[in-house]
Amino acid sequence: MFRYILRRLLQMVLAFFGTTLIVYALTFAGQGDPIQALAGERPVTPAQRAYLTEKYHLDATGVGGFFYRYFDYVKNLLQGNLGESLTGRNIGDILQQAWPVTVRLALIALAVAIIFGVTAGVLAGIRRASIFDNSTLVLTLLVLGIPTIVLAPLAQYFLGVKWQLFPPTAGSDPTFYALLLPGIVLGSLSLATALRLTRASVAENLRADYVRTARSKGLVKRRIVVVHVLRNSLIPVVTFLGVELGNLMSGAIITEGVFNIPGVGFNLFRGIRTEDGPLVVGIVSVLVVVYLVSNLVVDVLYAVLDPRIRYE
Amino acid sequence: MTVNPTPASATPEGGHLLELRDLHVEFRTNEGVARVINGVSYHLDAGETLAVLGESGSGKSVTAQAIMGILDTPPAFVRSGQILYQGEDLLTRSEEQRRQVRGKEIAMIFQDALSALNPVFPVGWQIGETLRQRAGMSRADARRRAVELMDLVKIPGAAKRIGDYPHQFSGGMRQRVMIAMALALDPKVLIADEPTTALDVTVQAQIMDLLADLRRELNMAMILITHDLGVVAGVADRIAVMYAGRIVEHADVRSLYKAPAHPYTKGLLESIPRLDVRGQELSTIKGLPPNLMRIPSGCPFHPRCPYVQQVCVDEVPHDLVLGDGRTSACHFAQEVRDDSVAS
Repeated sequence: MFRYILRRLLQMVLAFFGTTLIVYALTFAGQGDPIQALAGERPVTPAQRAYLTEKYHLDATGVGGFFYRYFDYVKNLLQGNLGESLTGRNIGDILQQAWPVTVRLALIALAVAIIFGVTAGVLAGIRRASIFDNSTLVLTLLVLGIPTIVLAPLAQYFLGVKWQLFPPTAGSDPTFYALLLPGIVLGSLSLATALRLTRASVAENLRADYVRTARSKGLVKRRIVVVHVLRNSLIPVVTFLGVELGNLMSGAIITEGVFNIPGVGFNLFRGIRTEDGPLVVGIVSVLVVVYLVSNLVVDVLYAVLDPRIRYE
Repeated sequence: MTVNPTPASATPEGGHLLELRDLHVEFRTNEGVARVINGVSYHLDAGETLAVLGESGSGKSVTAQAIMGILDTPPAFVRSGQILYQGEDLLTRSEEQRRQVRGKEIAMIFQDALSALNPVFPVGWQIGETLRQRAGMSRADARRRAVELMDLVKIPGAAKRIGDYPHQFSGGMRQRVMIAMALALDPKVLIADEPTTALDVTVQAQIMDLLADLRRELNMAMILITHDLGVVAGVADRIAVMYAGRIVEHADVRSLYKAPAHPYTKGLLESIPRLDVRGQELSTIKGLPPNLMRIPSGCPFHPRCPYVQQVCVDEVPHDLVLGDGRTSACHFAQEVRDDSVAS
């Protein structure tokens, strides 16, 4: 296990450099004039242009110039310096402000998925083909079918504006209550998937041979379901939720955008829109690390939950 | 379906440890009703071994699961019949009362121990679970007893292996774990449902020997379900041969092997490859087992039977009593037996 984790960490280093390189290339290769993009409609004086060219090593051109700037960037990154955005703000500071908001939002979404999705999935799996099972099927298909870009404004309009049950937007430094509605919207997709997955897994495990054995041991039905079936059924669900947490942590561009939540996704989207290369690359680099770490955690968790999995 | 007017195994009330009387089980599916068990009667006395023999789909496992009360309902429904355990009909008992019987009075081991054991719990935990839940033992006591049980079924280094998971054992050792688990509460009846099917031939013999030894030591009665005639010979006292959800022949092992009195049994025995007769084509039973949703009229074996006559198509054969407790559900049982003796 230890050796497996070590090997995975080494793989992560490679994956990290690979992805940052690609993101770096994609962001800057397609860019016309970054200095003009920074200034927007306003004219740029030759002095400003010269200063920025000097600062970002924009004078070196071609592939050589690209790698020059990339290694420059990686060098700073390894020192924990994410650099500055084109607007002159420290990217580390931006993330430090944005991340707690996104993490809170992600945890709310995940809690929604677990509390409602997994519970309903277990019940639907046990009572297969019941009214409850069929109605959850319809509801989850509906949720899975509606994209967030539709669901989020709808929820915002009805629950936030019209009936005023929740604050319609979060704003800077949002409270738990302000994040609740966006969290539910964000979590609804994970909820639906978690529900379907749990239901299928429970239904399958209820038919497993070991359940027949447990019955022949004369165990009470409750124990068979709660101990034997659930322990096995939740292996894929926990795996899914782990990966999902990694996804949610990397920010939700649409949800954060609609509800005006100053999280990671919100900042990333702003970076993309304003062609702020350093900001995009900075955020994505950190997201890559978050994603890689969460995947590693899921893999390790998987081995803990399922003794048949051995990483050697 | 005619009910046998004079059941051959009729004995005084409470005479047998376990007795099935005219059991009918059907599976109600979307495609129709499959009549899986059609009037099975057999009995088991304390300390004896009954082998139930038959092809896949003949209903031998379903009968066993009906005895245990672990059929999946739906689709399976016990339509009629009695399952008498120590003279009391289990089918009239409540689910809670039946649960008490499972494991403690009648225990069962299954075919494929890898899937029959829960993959995510250590074997010691699984053996101990029965003791903790059913006998109210403490964790420590259950653990100690689990080691004893694993020793009893001759798992080497039991104390060290108690924390291992099912997939860490070989097939034979896994089946031993299964047996240890079934023996936890000292059952009076052990039902072994094809206990050696998933195993290598050499391991099969070891497991059969173990089961026979344990049955003797613990003075249990055993129902051995198998499709393998070779497995039966050394272990069983009596054999019940099943076909299409019926018992077609019922006899003690010796006389059945010597002279089968049902064409199906005869066919089964003739299809065993023999090492002493070389260069001869292996005989088979032609055709396929019947579709249980459309069981042939009359004798269900008639489409495959070399002895078939018009009467076989028209009439369901009753159990013909041949003496020495032998019965055969064949219109021509005498002829078949005489042929068997002659050949």
